Amino acid sequence: MKARAFDYVRPHSVEEALQAFANADGDAAYIAGGQSLVPALALRLQAPALLIDIARLEELHGLSVIGDHLRIGAATRHFEILNSGLVRTHAPLLSKAASFVAHPAIRNRGTFGGSLALADPASEFPAMSLALGAEIEIASLAGNRSVAAADFFLGLYETALQPGEMIRAVHVPAATARTYCAFDELARRRGDYALVGSGINAEIDNGRIERIRIVFLAVGSTPVQAKNVENLLIGNCLTPELIRKAQETLEADLDPPGDEQTPAEMRMHLARVLLGRLLGRLEATP
Amino acid sequence: MNVFAGSLDRPNSYIGRSVTRPNAKRLLEGKGRYVTDLILPRMLHAAFVRSPYAHGKIVAVNTEEARALSGVRAVFSGEDLSAICTPWIGTLDHFRNMKSPPQVPLALGKVTWSGQPVVLVVAESRAIAEDAAELVELEIEELPALADPVEAMSAEAISQGLDSNICFATKLDSGGVDEAFEAADLTVEQNFIFGRHTAVTLEPRAIVADYDPSENRLTAHHATQTPYQFQDVYSRHFGIPEANVRVVAPDVGGSFGMKLHVYHEEMAVVGASILLGRPVKYLADRMESFVSDIHARDHRVTARLAVGKDGRISGMDVDDITAIGPFSSYPRTSAVEGNQVVRLMGAPYDFSSYRANLSVVFQNKVQTSQYRAVGHPIACAVTECLVDAAARELSLDPFEMRARNLIPDNSYPRKSPTGYQFEKLSHEVCLARLRAIMNYDDLRREQAELRGKGILRGVGIALFVEITNPSPAFYGVGGARISAQDGAIVKLTPSGEVHCSISVTEQGQGTETIIGQIVADQLGVDRAKVRVMTGDTDTTPHGGATWACRGAGIGGETALQAARKLRNNLLFIAGLILQAKPGELDIREDWIVEAATGQQRISLPEVARIAFFRSDTLPPGTQAQLSVVHHYAPQGYPFAFTNGAQGCLVEVDAETGFVKILKHWVVEDCGRIINPLLVDEQIRGGVVQGLGAAFFEECLYNPEGQLTNGSLADYLVPMACEMPDIEIAHVETPTQDTELGAKGVGEAGTAAASAAAMNAVNDALAGQGAVLTQIPMTPTRILRALGSI
Repeated sequence: MKARAFDYVRPHSVEEALQAFANADGDAAYIAGGQSLVPALALRLQAPALLIDIARLEELHGLSVIGDHLRIGAATRHFEILNSGLVRTHAPLLSKAASFVAHPAIRNRGTFGGSLALADPASEFPAMSLALGAEIEIASLAGNRSVAAADFFLGLYETALQPGEMIRAVHVPAATARTYCAFDELARRRGDYALVGSGINAEIDNGRIERIRIVFLAVGSTPVQAKNVENLLIGNCLTPELIRKAQETLEADLDPPGDEQTPAEMRMHLARVLLGRLLGRLEATP
Repeated sequence: MNVFAGSLDRPNSYIGRSVTRPNAKRLLEGKGRYVTDLILPRMLHAAFVRSPYAHGKIVAVNTEEARALSGVRAVFSGEDLSAICTPWIGTLDHFRNMKSPPQVPLALGKVTWSGQPVVLVVAESRAIAEDAAELVELEIEELPALADPVEAMSAEAISQGLDSNICFATKLDSGGVDEAFEAADLTVEQNFIFGRHTAVTLEPRAIVADYDPSENRLTAHHATQTPYQFQDVYSRHFGIPEANVRVVAPDVGGSFGMKLHVYHEEMAVVGASILLGRPVKYLADRMESFVSDIHARDHRVTARLAVGKDGRISGMDVDDITAIGPFSSYPRTSAVEGNQVVRLMGAPYDFSSYRANLSVVFQNKVQTSQYRAVGHPIACAVTECLVDAAARELSLDPFEMRARNLIPDNSYPRKSPTGYQFEKLSHEVCLARLRAIMNYDDLRREQAELRGKGILRGVGIALFVEITNPSPAFYGVGGARISAQDGAIVKLTPSGEVHCSISVTEQGQGTETIIGQIVADQLGVDRAKVRVMTGDTDTTPHGGATWACRGAGIGGETALQAARKLRNNLLFIAGLILQAKPGELDIREDWIVEAATGQQRISLPEVARIAFFRSDTLPPGTQAQLSVVHHYAPQGYPFAFTNGAQGCLVEVDAETGFVKILKHWVVEDCGRIINPLLVDEQIRGGVVQGLGAAFFEECLYNPEGQLTNGSLADYLVPMACEMPDIEIAHVETPTQDTELGAKGVGEAGTAAASAAAMNAVNDALAGQGAVLTQIPMTPTRILRALGSI
């Protein structure tokens, strides 16, 4: 299990990195945490001629609050998300989800931007970026642009990133006193890819749901937003009866894939169970 | 007979003591030396091109481009290696009418499982070898794959020269079975499916084959449990005199039975080294391990139990179909697991009417063979689930049901219905002990309370019997050159320390530690002064090494007898020096002492100094024998059976089908315990593997015979977060066949853990109309059983 031979550069700026990619005739890959790329190289599923190491670029690091947004540098490691007080206060949903991301060894190296750029539909952070209504700041030689998470995840491992483009940062609307959230997933073993997972971010005023986003992971080729369920809930107060209705409605939102081990019906069933449990335990921002 | 004192307050009394492992620090510091750490001058690296199909005809193999790649030294295909290696056939004579197709290192003409090595590339580095492997063009005409065992039974033979896909079939019948079922008040019958799983050792398979043509000498540095067996295999199949073949097993990172079978890759690499006259290294990567290491289990069992309304079992009838891949493994065969399944059924219980049918079937998947607890988990799960099912029907408590049926402790020696001879087992004591350590009555109270709150807890128990200390009745009688004896050399160094080289081997389970304990104990020296060496056919006597729970019972007895021999020699020399009678002397804390008073007379270093450097001061004609070699083969009972009982507590989430394993208990009787710490950890590791089988591990294949979860992301090995506390208690019934009295323990945990877990889950689901008789018990299977999906 050895990677094919490749060249390696460690540029000093995002600008240099973008240029290095442009010079490689498209046969290059950015590497940050390497938690997905390195296994793919070893398995020869990917074999770029050039690896451009962006992990240490200062401008890709850091967590900060800018106005009503939390800005997460693309190279922020998963463990930093997990341990950050800023994230806990301003994006509690991410804090909750972070403890489900793989294992400590992977969290120590894997990066937030890398997770979004890979767009694994079973990953927690892409799905939660969607649930939080994040904006993704993209660097390219043509200049910076910003794409909403809802427009970013296009298909299986497919994103709005053009070849050579790089995520610079992710902007998450900061939680308010009316923000409630919950996250959970069902995985066979702690840290495994979930059979199904879900995160909910809601604005609740006096018990009434004003806004809500419910996003599922591992139920399709992208993170999936349960819009029918959201519409059912908006304007209402959560009651056991409403939660039951939400569970029934979920079928209209999800069309999960199945295999021998986990048939589609199983995923759908688990998604319903999870939805019911999460709606029953939405928590206020700490 | 057990004759040694065994008291823990003697000086140097190490037998029965939880001492630490001398090699643990080295391994923890990362200083272990595994095969892959070895770098030899002029060493080349191997990579394999494997069949992408489970069944197919090789039309063409084009290696031209691969050969032309810079850094590639050779590319071999089937014919190249068959020319220098005689085929091997995995049958044993005592399995009557068993058949298996001959095997050669690389596929010839046909491929019969997905992952079968077809071409071997040898290059300056592994990366180059893999680059070249990508350039090899295989043209294979795909043939229909036989993945399903039942289908394979009646399908056309996979292998030319065989008339069917039945490898081996046998029937056992003690008589009276039909009568027992006719007279029974109750018959319980269930169909069981046991999934395939595999060993997943931390260190994968590895070999550096180093052939020196100038001496016609082969040295194989090989991650194996059984160096002597491989010395024999390499010698015979490559035509090199056995004395010229050296197999060295350095540190080995786990084996579990997986590292004692002959694999095509290792044979090909040895062949490549012979053809090239250079060392060649091969290390299986994890993806290769999944498609080439042996798998195990894969049984479909239909079984029924005849029971009276008093709960007494009167008969058992079993049908087992097991699929083993396209051939039987070598040299131990793939029929041993099935054979043990049908012979261990009902083993703890007192009934005489037993019948079984076993069919061992070829199919297009990787070979299965012996893996930790061979056959035991299946026999145990089938028996114990049926016993529980009967208990439920009769509204008997599982403990009570077993108490009414188990073989009483005072009725030994006796034979099992399948012909096994039990010297002495302790089911009654173990069962009572299990009930006590589980606080069983409290668990049942708590279960009832929680059930009121909608929480489904389940308690399951299982009794087991384990085969250990195998005599030549296991393999030798079948014609296999697999030794049931072991040998040790114990010698005194000129500084008065002790060196022991022995044929049992270390895979991380602590063999060297217990051998050191036994030698130090028997010689009367500090344990720190005993150095134990294993795993090198050039420097240790020939022996069986590690398999079937024999290290402590047979290897330990070998060490004990060898140490006593050296002790006698030391006392003889000391007697001459001291002008005392050897019988009145003893060795304690590295000193020759007066046995009666403990008075120190002369130190061992001083005896050694005189014997080695001042032999002129000894009486004329005296030759000090301070190195002894001793062999020991088990006699008496063909196997030392052990027994025990396990309990498991689970909580089932009926909405998700997820199971939380809350606690596991084991009461085990392995005879004399040499190191309680190591015994407990052996049991815990074994339980974890059993729970892995029960809930997580399964090699999944599609109908085309492709393994669909061959990576550690998809194949779920049990991890610490999901494992419960495992509480252990012991009963000690030493075997009288040896002086040490030790039996094996390595497989005990695995033997019954999955059975106890199945019973626990079914106990939790009792009243929900669901019964699980298939492992692993996945959330999907549980929800299906509940009718939720």
